[in-house]
Amino acid sequence: MSVTVARPTATPVRWLEPSAIAAIWTREVTLFSRYWRSTSFAALVEPLVYLLAFGLGFGSLVAAIGDVPYIQFLGTGIVASAVLFTSVFAGMYTTFIRRTFQKVYDALLAAPIDVHEIVIGEALWISTKAAVYGCAPLLAAMVFGLPPSWGMLLVPAIAFLTGLGFALFGILASASVPSIDSFNYITSAVVTPLFLVSGTFFPLENAPEWAQRLAYLNPLYHCVELVRDAVFVTLSPVDLVHAAVLAFFAALMGWLAVRTMRLRLIG
Amino acid sequence: MSALTLDGVVKRFGDVTAVDGLTLTVPAGTCLGLLGPNGAGKSTTMRMITGQVLPDSGRITVLGLRVPEESKQARAQMGVVPQQDNLDGELTARQNLEVFATLYRIPAEQRAAAVDRALGVVGLLSRQHARAETLSGGMKRRLLIARGLVHSPALVLLDEPTVGLDPQVRAELWVLVDELRTRGVTVLMSTHYIEEAQRLADDVAMMSHGRLVGQGPPRSLMRTHVGERAWEYYGSEQRLQEVARAAQRAGVPTRSTGPSVSVLRAEDAPPSLQADLGEPGHERETTLEDVFVLLTGENVE
Repeated sequence: MSVTVARPTATPVRWLEPSAIAAIWTREVTLFSRYWRSTSFAALVEPLVYLLAFGLGFGSLVAAIGDVPYIQFLGTGIVASAVLFTSVFAGMYTTFIRRTFQKVYDALLAAPIDVHEIVIGEALWISTKAAVYGCAPLLAAMVFGLPPSWGMLLVPAIAFLTGLGFALFGILASASVPSIDSFNYITSAVVTPLFLVSGTFFPLENAPEWAQRLAYLNPLYHCVELVRDAVFVTLSPVDLVHAAVLAFFAALMGWLAVRTMRLRLIG
Repeated sequence: MSALTLDGVVKRFGDVTAVDGLTLTVPAGTCLGLLGPNGAGKSTTMRMITGQVLPDSGRITVLGLRVPEESKQARAQMGVVPQQDNLDGELTARQNLEVFATLYRIPAEQRAAAVDRALGVVGLLSRQHARAETLSGGMKRRLLIARGLVHSPALVLLDEPTVGLDPQVRAELWVLVDELRTRGVTVLMSTHYIEEAQRLADDVAMMSHGRLVGQGPPRSLMRTHVGERAWEYYGSEQRLQEVARAAQRAGVPTRSTGPSVSVLRAEDAPPSLQADLGEPGHERETTLEDVFVLLTGENVE
C-alpha cells in the first residue's frame, strides 16, 4: 500500500451543505437504478387494481359523487393514498434499517454532514419519488375515462408537499420506536385510519360532524381535497388553507424528526 | 502546533464514567497510539472527537476548531476508520467511496481520480465493482481505510484498525500508517495491541477505566517507569512471592506475568537485592507491556 496526500481545502461548511444532500441522493439514485422496475410496476398496477376493484365494483352501486363519476372520484383520491404509502413506509422502514442494522448514518456522521441534513436529504428523496408515483393513479384513472386538465400539472407539487410531510412523519416514527416490530402499532393505529378517513373512497360531507372535524386534522384529507380541486379545476381560496396545512404538517414533522433522530444518533 | 487537544474531557453514560478527565495533545504530523484494553474509553474518545458523542465537560480542539461546536468543519478535514464495519453493503466498493467523495466536497471532475487513488492505496482496484457486503473481512477493513483517506485528510482517526486482520494485511496497514505520518498527516490510532502501538506511534497514551495513566514516546515511557532491563523469575508461588517481597523492600517495581514475576528497572537494583534473590533470574529487555501492566494493573494483548 502507498499513499499520496494532498492537503484538503478548509472551505467553510454551511448549515445545509449541498454536498451533503448530493451524497444522500448519490446513494439513493444508485440503489434506485437497481430496483426502479419493481417499484414502478407496483406503483402503476396498484391503482389499477384499486380502480378495478372499488371503481368498477362500487361504481356499479354509486354512479357518481355529485357531478363526478365515482371512478374519477376514486382515481383522484387514490393519489393521496399512493403518496402516503410511498412516503410513510419508506420513511419508517428504510431509515430504521439504515440507522439500526446497516449503521449507514453512523458512517455518514463521521464525515461533514449533520443529522438535519441526513433527515432532509432522505425526506426530499422520498417525497420526490412520492411526487412521481403519486401521478400514477391519475394515469390509471385516465384509462378509465378521467379527462386530462391543466390542473393535473399541479398534482406532482401537491404530492411532493404531502409526501414530504409523511416521509418526515415516517422518519420521526423510525427514530421513536424501540424495534422494527413496533411499526405495526403505527401502521394500525395511525396510518390506516389516516388512509380510510381522508375522503379517498367516500365524501366526508355526509359523515358525522365529529368525523369531519377529525378529518380536518388529517393531512391526507387536505391532499385529497387539493388534488381533486386541481384535477377538476375547481380551485378556490380554501385550497390555500389545504396547502398551508400540508406545509405546516411537513414543517412540524421535520422539526420533530430532526430532534428525535439527533437524540438517537448523537450520544 | 497541535492537531488535536483534549482538555479535562469527561463523558458519562448513566452511572458509568467512560472517559474521566482526559487531557491529551497530539502534535501535527505525529502518530499517537491510544492504548488500552476493551472498555478503557478509547472508542468513546474517538467518537467525541468526531462530535458523535457529546462530552459532559472539558474542551476538545481539532485542527484549531472547537468540537462539538465546529465539528462539521473539523470532520471535513479528518478521515475516520471505525472499529465496526459500517460500509454500505448494498453499494459496490467504488460507489461507497463515491458517496463519501461527494460528502467531502471533492469537485466532481476530481472525484473519479480521488476514488481511484484511494482504492489503489488499499489494493482494491480489482474489486471496485464488487458489492461491499460480498467482500472478505480484510477487504472490508481496507475499504473502510480507503473511505477515510479518499479526501486526503489532515487528521486520520483509526479505531482499532487491525482487529481481526491476518498478519499480512496488518503489516500492510502498518506500512500505510507509516507513510501517512511521513507525509505529514496526523494519526490518532486506538489499539489494544501493544506491538502495534510500539511499532507505529511516536507517542503512546495509555488509558484505563477512562483515565489517562501515562503518555509519552514508547522508549521514554519504558525508561521512566520500568527502566531498560528486567529479571524474570519462575518457580513456585511461594518463591514468586519471596521475589516480589524482596524487590518491594529494595524499592524496585515488579510485575506479575502469570507463572513468573518480573523485577523491573533491574539496572538500578541494589546489589543487596541480587543477594537476597539468590539464583539470578532470566534477564530481558523491558517492554511497553511492562509499563502498561505496571500503570494499570491490567493485561493487554
